[in-house]
Amino acid sequence: MSTPAREALDRHATPWLFATALATTAPHFIHQPVWLSAVASALLLWAFWLWWKDQRLPGRWILIPLVGAGSAGILLEFHTLFGRDAGVAMLVMFMTMKLLELKSRRDAMVVVTLGYFLLLTHYLFSQSIPTGLWLLAAMWLVTATLIRLHGGPASSPRDTLRYAGVLSLQAVPFMLVLFLLFPRISGPLWGLPTDAHAGKTGLSDTMSPGSIAELVQNADIAFRVRFDGPLPPRQKLYWRGPVMEQFDGATWQPHKGRSPSPQLESLSPPIGYETTLEAHNQRWLLALDAPRDLPAEFSQNATLTAVTQNPINERQRFQLSASLEYRFNANEDPLVLQRNLALPAGSNPQTRALAEQWRSTNTAEGVIDKALALFAAEFTYTLQPPLLGRHSVDDFLFRSKRGFCEHYAAAFVVLMRAAGVPARVVGGYQGGEFNPLDQYLVVRQSDAHAWTEVWIKQKGWVRIDPTAAVSPSRIETGIANALAFGEPLPLLLQVRSEWVRALRYRWEAINNAWNQGVLGYNPQRQREFLSRLGLSETDWRSLAIALGSTCGLLVAGLMGWALYKHPERDPVVRLWHKALRHLARRKVDYLPWETPLDLARRVRKQHPELAEPFQRVVDAYLVARYGNTDQHLNTLRDAIAQLR
Amino acid sequence: MGLVANLQQKLFRWRSDGTAPLRLGQRRIFIIPSRGGLLFALALIVMLIGAINYNLALGHALVFLLAGLGIVGMIHTFRNLHGLVITPGRSTPVFAGEAAHFQITLENDRPTPRLGLELEAETGNPVSATVDRKKNAKMNIPVSAKTRGWLPLPRVRLTTRYPLGLFTAWAYLQPAMRCLVYPQPIAAPLPVSSPTPVGGERSGDGGQEDFAGFRDRQPADSPRHVAWKASARNAGDRPLLIKQFAGGAQVELMLDWQLTDAGMADETRIGILTGWVLAADAADAHYGLRLPGLDIPNGSGERHRQRCLEALALFQP
Repeated sequence: MSTPAREALDRHATPWLFATALATTAPHFIHQPVWLSAVASALLLWAFWLWWKDQRLPGRWILIPLVGAGSAGILLEFHTLFGRDAGVAMLVMFMTMKLLELKSRRDAMVVVTLGYFLLLTHYLFSQSIPTGLWLLAAMWLVTATLIRLHGGPASSPRDTLRYAGVLSLQAVPFMLVLFLLFPRISGPLWGLPTDAHAGKTGLSDTMSPGSIAELVQNADIAFRVRFDGPLPPRQKLYWRGPVMEQFDGATWQPHKGRSPSPQLESLSPPIGYETTLEAHNQRWLLALDAPRDLPAEFSQNATLTAVTQNPINERQRFQLSASLEYRFNANEDPLVLQRNLALPAGSNPQTRALAEQWRSTNTAEGVIDKALALFAAEFTYTLQPPLLGRHSVDDFLFRSKRGFCEHYAAAFVVLMRAAGVPARVVGGYQGGEFNPLDQYLVVRQSDAHAWTEVWIKQKGWVRIDPTAAVSPSRIETGIANALAFGEPLPLLLQVRSEWVRALRYRWEAINNAWNQGVLGYNPQRQREFLSRLGLSETDWRSLAIALGSTCGLLVAGLMGWALYKHPERDPVVRLWHKALRHLARRKVDYLPWETPLDLARRVRKQHPELAEPFQRVVDAYLVARYGNTDQHLNTLRDAIAQLR
Repeated sequence: MGLVANLQQKLFRWRSDGTAPLRLGQRRIFIIPSRGGLLFALALIVMLIGAINYNLALGHALVFLLAGLGIVGMIHTFRNLHGLVITPGRSTPVFAGEAAHFQITLENDRPTPRLGLELEAETGNPVSATVDRKKNAKMNIPVSAKTRGWLPLPRVRLTTRYPLGLFTAWAYLQPAMRCLVYPQPIAAPLPVSSPTPVGGERSGDGGQEDFAGFRDRQPADSPRHVAWKASARNAGDRPLLIKQFAGGAQVELMLDWQLTDAGMADETRIGILTGWVLAADAADAHYGLRLPGLDIPNGSGERHRQRCLEALALFQP
C-alpha cells in the first residue's frame, strides 16, 4: 500500500474485480440494513464511475474518514463490530471500499481473497441448494478474476472463464476427499455471538389466542421423520412440545418449578424413528407421544416433554422411539393435580357456571363428552376468529363460537378445571405430510397444534383433542382440508393440483437428501462412513493416513496429466524426432535454425561414422515429409533402425 | 566437481547451458507459495475455523474446494513453465551505459497459451512475456552494459505466477550468450589534421567546409550541424535547417591513439577515439583507426564502423 506499486493493474482487469465485489456482496443486501446496502452500492457505483471516466482514485484523506464513518455506522446499528451481522457488514464495507484503492495487483489480490471470504459468510444465513449453486457460480467468477489478474490482457474473457472452470473442476475431487475424510470437529470452538442463530421460528413456550394461528401461516419445515416401520395412523401423530399448566386469564405458560419425574407405562410395542429437527432455539425436542427412549443428552421433564440443556440452534438428527398407547402418571402428585385445577379468580364467570352445572350431574368422562358435543354442534374452525374481550373464554364459548385450535384447547381446559377435572394444554404439532419419494414424513410449522390432557383416575393423563370434535378432518387429513376456502394459509398448502404436489415432493426429497447427506455430515456420520470403508479404528492417525494418501494420489494423477506431452500426430515427424534423439545421445543437438540438410552436413563433420546412415535418414525424411507420396514411411523407419 | 559445487549447479544452474535449445524439465523448476498464496492460506485457515465454529457443512465444502483449487493452482503454475523450449538468440552491440538486449526465443508446443511469464536477468528489470498456443515468442532481455568488452548474459530467472498467483514458479537459465559493448563515446572535436595524411585532396578540417546548401533537419542529425542563423530567419514551426556539404570530396582521416592526450586515462582516450569514430562516420569521412598493435586502414560504411568500434571495445592498452 505504501510502497509504489511494482505491478500496476491494467485497466481492463478492473471490471473483473467489480464483478467479483458485486457477486460476493450483493446477496447480503437481502438481509442487511437498507442504509448499508445503499452505501455499499454507492461506493461500487462511484468506483465504477471513476474507472469509466478514467479518473484518479480518491486519496487517503478521503478513504480514512470513509472507513471511520462506515465503522461508526455499523457500531451504531449493531452496537458491536463483531458477531455475525456486524462482522459481515464490516466485510461488505471493506470490500466496496477496497475498490476505491485499486492501484496494484496486490490490492486486487486483497479484493479476491476478501471475495472468497465473503462467499463463506453467505452460509451463515442459508445453506440451501440454490445458495450452494449461486455461490459455486460466484466462486467460479472470483477464480476467473484471479486468472485474469495474473494472465494479463492476453486472454479473452471466454478463455479466462473456461480456464477457471477447468481449475474448479479439477479441485472438486480434492473437495470430496477432504469433505469426507478431513477430521470433523463438532463446533462451536468457543461461544458463538448472540446473533449467531437469530431469525429461527418455531413453537413458542407460551400460548395465547392467535399465537398458533400466526405460526400456521408459515410453511417452513419444522422437522422430518423417518419411521423404522410402517407409518402410524395419522390421527395418532401428536408431536409433544411444551405442556402449559398455568393460566393467567389470557396466556398459558408451563409450570416453572421442579416436579417429580414422570411414570410412563407403555401399552403398545415401541415404534422407532429418526427425526431431523430444524433449529428452533428452544430446549425441547418434538417427540412423538409418548416418548420412550431418548438420546443421551435429553431427559423427560415432569410433563413428558423431551428437553435438553442447551437450545437446539442448528439442524440435528435424533434416534427416538415412542409408544402410541400408554398410561402416564396414574398416581399423580396431588400438588400437580391441584395446580391443574386452578383458574384465575373472577374470570370467565359464564363458563364456570356452565361447568358447575355439568359437574353436578356427571362423572369426569361425562363432562368431557358434554364439552366435546358442545364444540361439535355449534362451533366453526377458522384461522380468522373475531377478537375476544377480557373474559376470553366466555366470549368464545357464548358469543363468537369461531376459533382455531388454541381457542378450543384453552376453552376446553377452563371448562374441565371449572368442572373439577384436572386439565392442561399441550403444545406441539399434529400430523405431517408423507413424501412417498423418500419415505420421510414432513412436519411443517403449519402443522402446529394445541390439544389438551385431562387426568382421570386409574387412567392418568389422557389426551383429548377438542379440535377433533370441531373439525375431524384437521386431524385426519391435515389443515389444508379442514379450513374453508379463502382462509389465509400459505400458498404452498393451498395448491392441491396433483402434479404440483408431485413436483413439491420431488423438490423436498432432494432438499432432504441434501440436508441429510451433505449438511448433516457430522463427526458421527463420518465415523459411520469410515467404518463402512473398513477403517474401524478411526483414530486421527488412520484418518490422516487415509486423507494424505488419497490426496497424494490425486496430486500424482494431476501431475501425470501436467507432465503428459501429447504425442506427435504426424508419424513422419514422430520418426524424425526419434532420429534426433539418436543424435542427441551422441551429443549432437538439432539447432533451431538448421535445416535437415545442414544437420546432415554437421554430422558428417562431427561424426563421420554416422554420415552415411544419417544422410539416408534425412533423404527418406525429406521425401516422406515433402514428397507427393506417403509410401516412404517404411524407408524412413528402416533408415532410422540403422542409426544404432 | 565438489559436492557443494554440484549441489549449486543442480539448484541454481551456475554453469552455462550452452547454445542449444533447452526444454524445461521438472528438475529445473522450483515452486514456492507467493505472498498472495500465503494470504490465501491464512484466509482459508480463518474460514475453516469459522466453518467449524458455526458448524457450516457448506462452509467446510467451500474451504475444501478452495484448498483443492490451491493445489490445482500449484500444479498449473508448474505446468506453465514445464516443457517450455528456450532457444538463445542474437544480441546487437551497444555502447557502454546503454542497455544490452539479449534475444531469447520461447517456444510453446502446447495447445494452450502460456501467460504471465517474466524474464529477469538483472534484478528490478524484468520483461513480461506471453506465448500463444503452438507459437514462439522472441523476448529481449535487458541487461545494463556498464563497461566495454564482452558482456555475458547473466543467469536469467524465468518466473511465473500464472494462473492463480498463489505460487511462484521459477527456473534459472544460463544460456551461453554474450553481447559486445562498445566503449562509451566521449564527444570531442575531430583532430584537425592527421600527422599522416593519406591520399586525399584536402586534409583535415573535418569535412565541414564544402557548403552546398540547406536541408530540413532529421531527428538523426547532430545538433552541431544545425544552421542556427538560417533556421532563425525561417519563421515559425518549420523544422530546423542543416548545412549540407558536398559529398564529392572525401575527407581522409586517421584516428590515432597517439592523437589523444597521453596524460588522460586509457579509458578516456578510448572514449575519445570512439567519439571520433562516430563523428567521422556521421560526417561520411574516409577514416582509419590506429591503436597500439592494431591498424585498421581507411574505409567507411557500416561494416567499417563496426570493425573500428569492435577493435576499441576489445582493445587492451
